[in-house]
Parts: sequence; structure tokens; C-alpha cells
Amino acid sequence: MIDRVLDSRSLTMDSFDWRFLGLIAAILSLGVLSIYSVTSVQAVSGTPMYLKQLAWIAIGCAAFVAMLVVDYHKISRLAYVLYALLLVLLVVVLVAGKTSRGAQRWIPIGPFVFQPSEFVKLVLVLTLATYYTKSPRQGWMQRVVLPGLIMLPGLLLILKQPDLGSGLSYLSIYISMLLVAGMRSKAMGTLLLFAVMLFPFAWELVWGSLHDYQRERIMTFVDPAYDTGGKGYHGLQSRIAIGSGELLGKGLYGGTQSQLKFLPEGHTDFVFAVFAEEWGFLGVLVLLGLFAGLIWLSLEIALKAKDMLGALLAAGLIAMLAFCLVINIGMTAGLFPIVGIPLPLMSYGGSSTVATLAALGLLLNIKRRRLTLFY
Amino acid sequence: MSAQGGTQHDELRELQQRLVLFKISLLLVVGLLALRLWYLQINAGSYYHDLSENNRTRAVVLEPVRGLIYDRHGVLLANNVPSFGLYVTLEDVKDRKALIESLVKMVGLDETTVRKKLSERGSKLLPRKVKDGLTLREAALIESHRLDLPGVTVRPESQRNYPSGLTAAHLLGYVGEVSSDQLEKSEYAELHLGSIIGQYGVERTYDRFLRGRAGQKTVEVDAMGHEKRTVEVGKPLAGDDLYLTIDARLQTLAEHLLGEEFGAIIAIETTTGDVLAMASRPVFDPNVLSRELTAKQWEKIVQDEGHPLTNRATQGQYPPGSTFKIIVAAAGLETGTVTMTTKVRCMGGFPFGGRVYRDWKERGHGVMGVEDAIVDSCDVFFYTIGQRLGIDTMAEFADRFGLGHETGIELPSERTGIVPSTAWKTKARNEIWLPGETISAAIGQGYTTVTPMQMTMVIATVAGSGESFRPRIVRAIKERATGQVLDLPSVPRPKLALKPETYELLHESLAGVVTRGTAGRARSALVQIAGKTGTAQTAALKDDRKKGKDIPKKLRDHAWFVSYAPAEEPRIAVVVLVENMGHGGSWAAPLAKQVIEAYIKSKPVEPVTANAGFDHEQAPMAVVMQGAHD
Repeated sequence: MIDRVLDSRSLTMDSFDWRFLGLIAAILSLGVLSIYSVTSVQAVSGTPMYLKQLAWIAIGCAAFVAMLVVDYHKISRLAYVLYALLLVLLVVVLVAGKTSRGAQRWIPIGPFVFQPSEFVKLVLVLTLATYYTKSPRQGWMQRVVLPGLIMLPGLLLILKQPDLGSGLSYLSIYISMLLVAGMRSKAMGTLLLFAVMLFPFAWELVWGSLHDYQRERIMTFVDPAYDTGGKGYHGLQSRIAIGSGELLGKGLYGGTQSQLKFLPEGHTDFVFAVFAEEWGFLGVLVLLGLFAGLIWLSLEIALKAKDMLGALLAAGLIAMLAFCLVINIGMTAGLFPIVGIPLPLMSYGGSSTVATLAALGLLLNIKRRRLTLFY
Repeated sequence: MSAQGGTQHDELRELQQRLVLFKISLLLVVGLLALRLWYLQINAGSYYHDLSENNRTRAVVLEPVRGLIYDRHGVLLANNVPSFGLYVTLEDVKDRKALIESLVKMVGLDETTVRKKLSERGSKLLPRKVKDGLTLREAALIESHRLDLPGVTVRPESQRNYPSGLTAAHLLGYVGEVSSDQLEKSEYAELHLGSIIGQYGVERTYDRFLRGRAGQKTVEVDAMGHEKRTVEVGKPLAGDDLYLTIDARLQTLAEHLLGEEFGAIIAIETTTGDVLAMASRPVFDPNVLSRELTAKQWEKIVQDEGHPLTNRATQGQYPPGSTFKIIVAAAGLETGTVTMTTKVRCMGGFPFGGRVYRDWKERGHGVMGVEDAIVDSCDVFFYTIGQRLGIDTMAEFADRFGLGHETGIELPSERTGIVPSTAWKTKARNEIWLPGETISAAIGQGYTTVTPMQMTMVIATVAGSGESFRPRIVRAIKERATGQVLDLPSVPRPKLALKPETYELLHESLAGVVTRGTAGRARSALVQIAGKTGTAQTAALKDDRKKGKDIPKKLRDHAWFVSYAPAEEPRIAVVVLVENMGHGGSWAAPLAKQVIEAYIKSKPVEPVTANAGFDHEQAPMAVVMQGAHD
């Protein structure tokens, strides 16, 4: 009966929904525009990149709607199953995946490739939120260690690919969930102590699992003088692209860095640099504003959620989006090492686009059910 | 509502309080990112903008078209033909080893050559030439693989070409890339690695006129180094054209006359110093040398025993043999050692210092005056005179005739030969001059060496009774930019002031050499030729030279003939030197005669009509001179 009431309500939209959808649409458009600009000069056979991205967005919208209409409590019941399924897929990737640039990340499905790691982020949020809502949370064993053990197989499998960016995302999701739900203040101090003590070991674990090119990337970031073989090239070209955009940018198709291919991966991980080069600092401010607005609205959803599951889910999804956003822009702007994290809603990529839109659908789902949920 | 629900509600409230921290950190992080981007785009914006421009644009040198070279009648001797050059821009090369491998495979490059070229000093941003003269097929092959070969470009360019092949090769020279060492010189300061310069002959001495000035093109390139768009062009300036003094027909004839033999033939106009022909054999192929040579090809040329790269006319140094008697006779007459009444009895030998210096005529010439001695080339007469004069007086006159000095011809690395004297021997060998050496020196043997060019000036000086002109090979330069023709004047040499009687006697004797002496084979029905034969002994076989044909060719004497014509009013001087051919009168004189006859038969310098029958692409000289060209 409650469900029926919800169903009727879900047909009407309020101004919040429109703002939320408007921001998503605006960011998606800028993303497609940048992909169009950077790939228009490249003689790629087959379907143009921007059309493919539009197709992914269409699929993503379906996922968005699906995540919106089904009650998130129902979805959360499937969390463990979905997580187990994705872990299996991560194993499949390692066994039979497609290798590109030293990393094995994709499962080919027909003409497309599927990247499970993007969906693992979403499902990991779902799983941890479900865990914190359902399980007794007395000692720190239950609050800290068990959730960590839930995350661990995903983390290890992803580092084996190796995909440092996704690995860091998983860690960030876990830590965010800890911060909002898992810890009392006293426990927080203990954990920090532990973190400091365990850091060298964790570093060894992470460092040891990295590929040479990843280590070099990190080393060139930490110590620019380390860059003897031109490995800092990527980061430098990205900074040149962004910086040379200056205040007003070089205009659409005017980005010489990306158009002339000095900047690699312009349509995927470095789409922000392409945008910044063509639209300048003003464009960048607008884009940052759109992203900040979207996350702000998401935080509103989390703050007004009427139950634990909703709030936790929202917090986790926000952490996931914000982390990717900050790390991606930070790495293109030379603040962080280059780790290969896509910019949500803008970078070209099917799995990332669909997963992000699904996550946003889930966020809106939480908001729409808060008014009528209880009793 | 249950108790558990209450706890949940508390926890929810605590959680949401923490989310407020999220909001603050969100604002903080976005602010930080904005600050960083402010720094990159506003603060350092212009710096990064410059970097992106440097990335984007690249300066490409536009090579100038080299000036053309014509003979005196407008016959084209050197031009440029289209060709394809293979260039590599190191900046864009990702994997040098793989690149070298594919280039070796695709266009058959020599691996060591490529490696050397790629490791030479120079800008990594400028494309450097790795090979030129690609075939159309090779060029197409490279172009079709251009995406697999980052940094590699194929460019159409002009290749130096010598339409008449081997003709006048030593005189014209060849072109080649400027070397790293040459770039250090101020003369080549404005050039860059890969510039083409003259490396030999006129191409080298007149390079500053011929090479023109390079232009520059600013192009937009992509990350692979491929040109996308031209931003700016500074046009190159073509080089100036040269009009040589050479007469292509005489040149061809002279070369034909030498045939397979080694040697040199020079013909100059005595009234101007114009070099009409200068042949040297063996020869190199300038069309081959002007293209990229492999180390092997180069080695083959350098190690060739015939030394084809030596211009025997200006760089070959030979004993003058009996042609030196002209100078000894002049010295004798000038010093009074010899007078018209001086007589020497020739018995076929000259005993001195315990041995007998032989005359070429075993039974002797009998009693000889100076004129007959020249006509019959009597050795004993000159042994006697030489001994009376002494080596230092002979050296003084040789010096006055220009031996031991460069003639000043505008060709690279002219040699000077040796004029021996007591001082010279002390200095060069730290030995005392032996009296017997004076005897040999009197007939042009021993230490004395000369170049055919020097002997040409000796005979030309005699022909002009002391007046002569510096040998010149370029008559005019046509400036490409303006079309103006700059005529180069004949430069008179200092007059060799000898007594008129001396010249008179020399003229008569030299005419006699042809009419009744050793150069009977130079006698011509067309024109009276005057000259002197010479047979330069090769060191090893001084006493056995008459055995003639039994001697291995390599050790046989060199044949000389120095001449001018017409004897009464000289216009042309011709010198022939044929290596290892034996007697000058038999072998060298007839060749000189043919060159002189060809010259006399041709109408006197009338450039427009004189080139009838020649295939030339450019307007004839006379028209050029009137400024109506182009």
C-alpha cells in the first residue's frame, strides 16, 4: 500500500528534482561537447566517439530511471549478492579480460567492453550501507574491521589488474563510510594511530602491486627530478593544456594541445584538461560550480534522509563521486599523481557513465522516498 | 516506535551532523581546486600559453634552389632536378632503434650511416636529412607507413644534377651536405645541419653565390611531428647563376682525347686568361657524389688507385721534363750565360762527377746553338747551360715564371709544386745541394715538380711576351633576385719583363719544335702551332727508359706538351700531360694539336651563334648580357 502511494507520487516532480536533473544534464552536455571537440579531428574509423558516448548516456538514463523507481530498500537486499557477483566478474577480468596499456580491466561483450570495477564502486557503497544499517555495531571489530574485510577482496582484485585509481576509490568509500557511520570519537583516535602505524605496511602492499609505469608516475610526482625518461610528459602536457587556456580559453576546437594530440587520453581521463584549454578559467569556474552544486544537492538528500540506510547510501555515493571528481581534476592540474580515474559524467566510457548515472538515480530515489516513508 | 527505532534515530542524527563536515570540506576542496586552476590559467597562463605554442609550431627551413651553371656559350652544365629526401625529427622519434630498423628495411639504408646521422649534433626539433634521392616507390612506401614512423617525413626537394654527366667534373665539382666541421667556419655561419654546399670545384669556390639563402616556414605540427598547417612563410632566395669561361665542346673534346689514359689537358685563352677547357682523367661522377653515398661507396672512391678525386690539372705535380728547358733557356739568355753564338757539342752524354749524364739521343746532336737545342730538345746543351747557371739562378727564373706558386685559379686546393734550390734543400731536407743535382734540374728532372696549370701559365706568358692574365673560370654571375649580370673582369698578372730578344728567340725556337723538331706530330695544316715537348721520367727507371714497351705501364714516363697558337699572334695556350705514356712528342703533342685546331675552326667568340647545335635550356649568354633575360 505504501508502495502504491509512492508510485503515484513518483510521477510528479518538484523544483529540487529539476535542479538535480538540470545539473546532471548540463555536465553531461559539456562532457559530450569536449569529447566531440577532441575527437572530431582524429580520423577514427567507425562511429564517432561522441555518438558512442550519447548511446552510453541513453543506457545510463535507463539505469538512472531503474535505480529511481525501485525502492532502495529493495535494492539494498540484493547488495551482498550483487557484490559477490561483481567479485566473480573481477576474477573473470583477471583470467580472461582484455589488456590495454599493461592493465587488464575489461570484459569484452560483443562490440563493447565492460569494466566491472566501475560498478564495484556503486555496489560497494550499497553493501557497506546495508551492513551498517542491518548489523549490530558494538565493538570496533564490527564497526571497522568487518567492513574492511568486506572491501578487501574487491581492493585486492582491483590492484591485481592493476587499477590504482579504482583501488583508491574503494579505499575512499570505505573510509568515508567509517567516518560517517562506523566510528565513535574515541575509536576514531585509535584508528588514526593504527593507520599511522600500519602505513608502511600498507604502502609496501600497494607499492609492491604497482606496475613500473605507475611507480614512475608517482615518483615523478613526488620528485620531478626523477623524471629522466620523459615520464612526466603526460602531466606536463596536461598542465600546459589547462594553463594555456588562460581566462577565456581557446574556443571550441581551438585547443591545440588536445587537437594536435600533445595531450594523450583527451577524451577519457584528461577530458577536464581539454575543457579547461578550450573554455578557459571562466569555463572552469562554471564547470566547478555545476559539480559543486550537484554534490551540494546530494548532501541535502543525505541530510534529509529519513532513515539510516538512505543517509548512509547517500553519504557513500557522495564520497564516491566527490573522490573521483577531486582526484581527477587534481591530477590533471598537477596536484596529484596521475592514477587513471575518470571524471564523472564527462570522461568518455560506458561503464563509468552508466555507473555514475545509476548512482545519481539512487540518490534521487532516496530523496523522493523521504517524505512518505515512515509508518 | 520501538526502542531500537529511537537508537536508530539518534544515530541518524549523529550521522547527519557529520555530514555537515562533508559540506564544509566540499566547499574547501572545490575552493582549493579553483585556486590551483587560477594559478595555472591566470597566474602562469601566459607561460603555459608560450609552452603550448612551442609545442604546436615548428620552424622548417626552406632550402633555396641552387644557382645554375652554364658554359661560355650558355650550355647548361649544372641544374637541379626534383627528388625526394627522407628526414627525421629526433624530437618526435619515440623508439630510435626500431626506427632505424624499419628504415633499413624499407629503403635499404646503411645502418651505420643512419645511426651516425641521427647522433650528430644539432637541434632535435629540426628535421635532419637521412637520405636523399629516394625513388618514387620508396617515397610512397614511407608515406603509406607514416603513422608507424613518428618523426619521419618525406619532402620533395631539388637535387643537384649535372646533365652532361662526367663532363668537366673536376672543374664543376659536386655538392654535399655541410659537415659539422664546416659549420664552425664563418663562411658557412648562416647554414644549418643538412644544408647543401659545394664541396669541390667551382661549386665550392663560388658556393656563396650559388647556394642562395634559405627561407623559413612556421608550421603547425601534431604530437607525432606531422605538419598540419602552415602558419607563416619566409621565402627562400634562389642562388645566383654562373657563366663559366669553359667551352663545353673543347672540354668534351679534351676529355675524349684523354680517353682512358690518366692525365690532364688545359686550354686557356691567352688574351683573357679564360680557361676554355680543363680535363682531368680519371674522373668521378658528380651526379653520384652529389647524392648520399654509403660509407662503402665513398671508401671505394677514396681508395681508387687512380685517385679520381684529384684534379690533375691543378693538383697533379709532375717533373716538368724538357718543358723546363724554356725556363733554363730564358735564364741563360737573360743572364748572358747564353748568347746567340753559344755553341755546345753534344756527343750523346755529359760526363760529370764520375758519371755520364745521357742525352735522349744516344749518338748525340752534334754542335748545337740555343735555338736548335730547344727545337731538338738537346739534353747535353742544357746540362752545360744549367751547370753554368747554377741551381739558384734557375730557381730564380722558375720562380719568376710562377713555378712554386699558385696560379690563383679559383679552384680549391691548388698545389704549388717544388722549385728546388740550395736554400730549399737545406730547409726541406736538411741536406747539402749536390752539384750533380743541378745537371738533372737543368732538364726538368730531379726534385722539380709542377702542375699542368702552372706550365699553362708559363707557356701563356711566353706566348704573350711576358704579358698574361690570371686564369679564370667564371666569366659572369647573374644575380637571381634582380636578373642583373655581373661581368667578372680579366685580371692581368704582373708582366714578366724579359728582353724582347729573349722572347723572340723563344718564339722562334718553339715554332721550330713543331715545324722541324721533336713535336712534328703537332704540325697542323690549319694553324701554326708553337710548343715544347717534355718527357718526365718516373723516378725508378732513369737509365732504362729507352726500353719503352717492355716497361710496366705504371713506371713509364709522363708525356708533356706545352703549346700555343697561332704562333704569330697567340690566342690559345694548350698544355697536355699524359701519365705513363712515354715520349711527349709522340703522345702529348697530337692531342694538343686537335684541341687547337678545334678552337681555331670555331668562330671567334660569338657566344650566340657559337652554341648552335647544343641542347641548352636557357637563353644564350648574349641575351643575358643585354638584361633581357627572364
